[in-house]
Order: sequence, then structure tokens, then C-alpha cells
Amino acid sequence: MVTYQADGWIALGDPTRRAIFERLAEHPRAVGELARELPVSRPAVSQHLKVLKEAGLVLDRPDGTRRIYQLDPAGLEALRAQLDRFWTKALANYKAVAEQQAEEVS
Amino acid sequence: MTTQVQDTSVRIEVVVDVPIERAFAVFTEDFDSIKPREHNMLAVEIAETVFERREGGRIYDRGVDGSECQWARVLVYEPPNRVVFSWDISPQWQIETDREKTSEVEVRFISETPERTRVELEHRNLDRHGDGWESERDGVGGEGGWPLYVQRFAQLLKD
Repeated sequence: MVTYQADGWIALGDPTRRAIFERLAEHPRAVGELARELPVSRPAVSQHLKVLKEAGLVLDRPDGTRRIYQLDPAGLEALRAQLDRFWTKALANYKAVAEQQAEEVS
Repeated sequence: MTTQVQDTSVRIEVVVDVPIERAFAVFTEDFDSIKPREHNMLAVEIAETVFERREGGRIYDRGVDGSECQWARVLVYEPPNRVVFSWDISPQWQIETDREKTSEVEVRFISETPERTRVELEHRNLDRHGDGWESERDGVGGEGGWPLYVQRFAQLLKD
């Protein structure tokens, strides 16, 4: 399982995949929609989605003739990505609050 | 700020230009202004997040209508060096009542100089949330599952 878990983070190390992942976090999207929003071709988007799916980060489901992609809320990697975001933001808030108070005191 | 990730944990550290006692006090006393506010499991807006500063204390959000949502338990409280609390929230952003399926957050404060402190945060045992994921997976598209999760996460990313 270690390999599988590492894959999730390697998958997110690529800037385009990161961009796709973050857009899917806003709401589920089809391949065409992602390709319109990003400066990459449709086949490239499909390839990136395949990597994200294999890493356990996203799920897909059919919707008529299209496939809709979304984050996998049951995936450990998606949970970690989410908590990483949460705590990074919390500690940035923390640093701002702590140092602002220190300035006010001095 | 640097981010490190291990198999089943998330580790983040930050250095703050305040003494260790102050660093610890700000984290625990001002947790309300630190916690990203968008994360809300109440039906109404959060008025305040309360961090009870003692072992066995609770961490909970209080809504503007007085309702409460307890989402963590303080497991270790050792000022000014360390605090550990549980994370009783499922991957679907719902309160996890089964303690076997909760993870924990340890925050360590290390004095680098009398005026500077390194703060290491580790959110670990994330795999414990995993029991029963397969069955939860079936409900991914349900009203309480996936859409809520997406909405919350999207809000986080926007900030």
C-alpha cells in the first residue's frame, strides 16, 4: 500500500494535475470542460485524469455520452490533500495572529 | 512554511517570531481565529470555536443560534511544549462517533531562540478513518456525502 500512497503525491506533484485536481474540488467536471479551462489538449487532460484515478484521487461516472470526474472522498490521498490544505491555512493564520500580537505588544 | 507528507499523516511546520510560551498561548487561546472558518458542520454560521485548555477538554464550534458541534477532544495538554487532540471528523465532513475511526493532531512547540519558536503540526493515523470506506463509497453521490465535501473543499481552495 505504500506504493499506492506515494503515487497520490507524485500525481499531485505535476502542476497541470494539481490544477485539474483543484478544479474538480470545486465541482465535478467532464473532460471537455477541463480542457476548455486549462491550456492543455483534451487528450492530455484525459491522460492526467487517468493518473489521478489510478492514484485513488478521483472517481469517474458515466453521464450520457460523457464521463464526469470528481474527487474521491473515500480515498486516503484525497483526505490527506484536503487536510494538508486545511492545516497549511490554519498555520498561516496562526503565524499572522501570533506575530501581529507580538508587534502590538512591543 | 514547509509541508511534508508521510504515509498516513500530514506534517506541516511553521516558525513564528515569538517566545515559546506566547506561541503556545496563541495557538490554544486564539484557536478561534486560526481555524479556517469555512469548515462548518453546523446548520448555521459559526459564532466561535472554543478550545477548552485542559486534558479531557473539548474543541467545539458554537453557532450563532447557540447550537454546538464538538469535533475534537483534547488528549494531551502540556504547556508550553505540546498539545494533542483527536479529530472526530469523517472524510465526508461529518462527526465521527466511533472513536476507533478518528485520527489525531499533535502540535509541538520547540524553542529555537528566546524570541523564536518552531511549531510542528502532525495530523496522523489518517488510515483509521478508512475502516468501512467501501460501504461509504456507495453513498458518494448522496446528498450528505460528496456534494457537501466538494462544497467545503472548494471554499478552502478559494481563500
